[in-house]
Amino acid sequence: MTEQSASFTLSVCGLCRYFGTRVAVHEINLELKRGEVLGLLGPNGAGKTTLMRMLTGNLAPSAGSIEICGIDLLDKPREAKARIGYLPEIPPLYRELTVDEYLQFAARLHRVSNEKIHFMVNKVVQRCGLNDTGKRLIGSLSKGYQQRVGIAQAIIHDPDIIILDEPTVGLDPNQMREIRTLIRELGTEHSVIFSTHILAEVESVCDRVQIMHEGRTVFSDSVGGPKQNDLSLEEVFVRFTVDTENSGSF
Amino acid sequence: MIFIIAQKELRVLFGSPLAWILLALVQLVLTWVFVAHLDTFLQIQPQLVKIVNPPGITEAIIAPVFAMAAIVLLMATPLLTARLVAEERRNHTMTFLISAPISMTDIVLGKFLSLMIFFSAVIALIVALSISLLVGGTLDFGLLLSNVAGLFLISACFASLGLYISCISAHPGTAAAGTLGALLVFWVIDIAAGDDKDGITRNFALLGHYENFNRGVIDTFDLTYFSLFVLVFLVLSVRRLDGERLRG
Repeated sequence: MTEQSASFTLSVCGLCRYFGTRVAVHEINLELKRGEVLGLLGPNGAGKTTLMRMLTGNLAPSAGSIEICGIDLLDKPREAKARIGYLPEIPPLYRELTVDEYLQFAARLHRVSNEKIHFMVNKVVQRCGLNDTGKRLIGSLSKGYQQRVGIAQAIIHDPDIIILDEPTVGLDPNQMREIRTLIRELGTEHSVIFSTHILAEVESVCDRVQIMHEGRTVFSDSVGGPKQNDLSLEEVFVRFTVDTENSGSF
Repeated sequence: MIFIIAQKELRVLFGSPLAWILLALVQLVLTWVFVAHLDTFLQIQPQLVKIVNPPGITEAIIAPVFAMAAIVLLMATPLLTARLVAEERRNHTMTFLISAPISMTDIVLGKFLSLMIFFSAVIALIVALSISLLVGGTLDFGLLLSNVAGLFLISACFASLGLYISCISAHPGTAAAGTLGALLVFWVIDIAAGDDKDGITRNFALLGHYENFNRGVIDTFDLTYFSLFVLVFLVLSVRRLDGERLRG
């Protein structure tokens, strides 16, 4: 079992979360290898954010297990969390700190050793295109730059898994393209999970796609999968998320 | 980890004008009180010489300044503690701390430590004020030390209560109002006891315990009371934040 789980950076089994009687996430199974990019799709309220919050230790699951590189997130949260980088839907930024101060704080918080901090900060600054903003206050940056700072803090400790919740929302088309390129680059050495509403984004960036609806996985395949059956991702998405909705609410 | 959180808190705190304004105002008020007591002392000094065992300058000037300092800090605490957790939640930065490989205890203790460092700065300024009296006389350092210890402990109580209320509030404004209210209740609770020295409410009053330190009496009962007070609210804060992770 250990050998098998070691090849996966993330393995989630039977994950459930209830808020009172409302089911937010039900029986989700997920496995992710190194160098794989998983796109998480689903209508609003499908449970994507709830799932991501559980994967990053922000929310305790009602049932199920989460293993990060073979370490149980619930048993050893510190060891497991050190291997995850997370960018929530709203970037968690301290507006009153400068970009450099913030990234240094993020690095220390993630136990990057003192000698490496300077190197790592420089590395992510280069990577996320944040040159020349180091001395500026985060509050004075534009939305696009703030998003980049958000991604920078998620990768500062060189995590095995990077979890990005709608990283391209509110960006202009050029910035979106840059962020997509960045995600693809990150996907070569890390495992990446990201959620989005833009189907083209999934097709251009992801290796695998998982569609969630009402807390359940309704579709899971490689990105090339639907194409082999002459279906576009959009058709798949509509088929799996509209039908049940119609029967449910109309 | 605790120090890293504390360092960040202090950086944010001293990066804003709030900390400096508070330090300046506290110092202004206390210096005013100090000068007023010094003035009175100089006026009545000729009469004091005539009585046996007259009160010294520490007793007549410094003790009242420390008594006032506790009340001033009580007023200032809500402004400092309110933002600690409520603002993180509002700015969605709490996720950032929780996602990091640190425990809730680290977060709570780090924030508490940052406040205590700030209060230590306030206390250091008051001590500097007191020591200036060495120019014209001698000080009772034992009494001074007891006052410093008392002020430090009571400010720790203010900080832990404020931190807890910040943990349960969604908005920094609510947290500030709640903290001020709760601290005032702990201040006036012994009034109900009247002159009854053994009244149960008297045992719960924060300033009642501080008065002993103010007179130079370090009582283990007071020490225990302050330690328990701080401990209870820090544990409640950690539990509250952990509970949020469970309830969502």
